[in-house]
Amino acid sequence: MDTQTDTQKDFGPADDHGDDFIRLDGVEKVFDVRKKTGFMRSERRQVRAVDSISFAVARGEMVGYIGPNGAGKSTTIKMLTGILTPSGGRLRVAGIDPSRERTRLAHRIGVVFGQRTTLWWDLPLIDSYRLMHRMYRIPDARYAENLDRCVELLELAELLDVPVRQLSLGQRMRGDIAAALLHDPEVLYLDEPTIGLDVISKAKVREFLRHLNAEQGTTVLLTTHDLTDIEQLCRRVMVIDHGRLMYDGPLTGLHEIGESERTLVVDLERELPPIEVESARVVKVEGPRQWLAFPAAQSAAPLVARIAAAYPLVDLSVREPDIEAVISRMYAEKATS
Amino acid sequence: MGTWRLYTAVAAGAFRRYATYRVATAAGVFTNTVFGLILAYTYIALWDERPGLGGYDQSQAVTYVWLGQGLLAAVAVMGGGFEDELIERIRTGDIAIDLYRPADLQMWWLAADVGRSAFQLLGRGVVPMAFGGLVFHLALPADAGTWLAFLVAVVLGLLVSFAIRYLVALLAFWFMDGAGVQQLAVLAGLFFSGMTLPLNVFPGALGELARALPWSALLQAPADVLLGERTGFALWRTYAFQAAWAVGLLAVGRMVQSAATRRVVVQGG
Ligand SMILES: Nc1ncnc2c1ncn2[C@@H]1O[C@H](COP(=O)(O)OP(=O)(O)OP(=O)(O)O)[C@@H](O)[C@H]1O
Ligand SMILES: [Mg+2]
Repeated sequence: MDTQTDTQKDFGPADDHGDDFIRLDGVEKVFDVRKKTGFMRSERRQVRAVDSISFAVARGEMVGYIGPNGAGKSTTIKMLTGILTPSGGRLRVAGIDPSRERTRLAHRIGVVFGQRTTLWWDLPLIDSYRLMHRMYRIPDARYAENLDRCVELLELAELLDVPVRQLSLGQRMRGDIAAALLHDPEVLYLDEPTIGLDVISKAKVREFLRHLNAEQGTTVLLTTHDLTDIEQLCRRVMVIDHGRLMYDGPLTGLHEIGESERTLVVDLERELPPIEVESARVVKVEGPRQWLAFPAAQSAAPLVARIAAAYPLVDLSVREPDIEAVISRMYAEKATS
Repeated sequence: MGTWRLYTAVAAGAFRRYATYRVATAAGVFTNTVFGLILAYTYIALWDERPGLGGYDQSQAVTYVWLGQGLLAAVAVMGGGFEDELIERIRTGDIAIDLYRPADLQMWWLAADVGRSAFQLLGRGVVPMAFGGLVFHLALPADAGTWLAFLVAVVLGLLVSFAIRYLVALLAFWFMDGAGVQQLAVLAGLFFSGMTLPLNVFPGALGELARALPWSALLQAPADVLLGERTGFALWRTYAFQAAWAVGLLAVGRMVQSAATRRVVVQGG
């Protein structure tokens, strides 16, 4: 059996129309949760993890899928892989109904759950890759080529003979990303691929994903709590909260809607009254340290220059708006408009 | 063909993985040997009192003890097989990863358990057996045919053992605190496999029942073959008994598996 080719799409069912590689129409997932209320007694409750979501992703797109904890991101990804069956609505990936034809779809998708690993814990990294080779029936030449590319770009050469349990989190994550790509998936789902990574590891992962999307044309769907991931990778972002799609569009639009702000943290030489400066306001003072909020769309450089000119500045840092804040502002916006 | 290579790779990986647990293996060999000594002297006292108990003479009884210790880890009656890991994966939701792969869950774990038991037959089985042979007079067969027949019975026994443990593990999809079920299964396995006492010493209905249950395929059946109690037609009957339980329980396992993966929910975010 050969791996997927683009021609397969032509043989797909008729509903694989247009460029929509992933398509959701009013998809829902309801969990039955049983809560113990006493001896032998329990209460049943329904949790709407995903509540009538519709969107489409075209081949070759790189889309960010964000939202606060418990929003329904992982649940959506699980449905897209076929391991959870939607309670309602219609879902297609490459024309395939994932939960019905999980195994057929498996050859065409790659999945990375940041908090879990697909690698063999007690064995050297390379053993897991050999297993992928067999599992996805990757032609030998293709396997060698893909492995070489991943090893080079993800800097895995020194790690191949190391047992997975001895890898650091960042190394393991890179190992997992490579494992998900050896069979040339047409789409890659990443559920928090940068969780717990340091700045350098994050940068490596991002650089790799950008390369993958640009060079291989792999469609990427990415969830994260780090807005920088999205800023650097995705032109399009979808925001989900309480199982509902709140926003679908460019990231800049999200900032506008959310009126999001970045924070400038400055350390002064000594305790001083709140800094007074144009286009920023002090939100917190703690000894010689002060926090200033300013619009996310605005550059920090002139602001820093103005403060440095008027105050005894020792140190500073800029904090990106966190996604929770952006979304809570979005909510407030919805409620008032 | 391609599938075959995948599951061979899984089995080989499991074999190598267990081979990395050197300290655990050494500790296990030591425990099996000590236990074998205690049981062997107990059996000797018992068979002194009741010669020919259960149709075994004394050296057959002692052989049975060392055989039991040799197979203990491989058939995993006291746990320690793949099932702990599978239950943990279901509980934590790591099972999600096993489910989106283009591989069959039951075949995957069967292959892994075959690799594990192959290692444990060698790593945990040979030394206690050899030790028993040095210290006691064992009633071991001289002809290769009986050894071969024994090996077939062991393989069938391992299949039955896997099938039982797979079913128990899948219950974790429904009962998240499945430890109780697992402990019950271990208890039943210890007794009904004949690991404590050979099943043919039990008289009456209890004996009949014990010999008809699937666990008797794990130790009692291979032991009877090795001790020369099953030849000709009786040998084929033993095989048929083991194979029937293996096929039946594996089939039930498949049904439960498809119910579990269709209806039940994968845990965690
Ligand atoms: N197996 C389950 N059983 C019951 N409820 C569940 C289950 N899995 C998820 N949920 C519920 O569904 C909702 C969405 O969960 P999900 O894991 O999709 O969130 P998420 O967006 O991935 O959050 P996070 O950012 O924390 O990972 C939550 O309210 C969660 O409690
Ligand atoms: Mg999640």
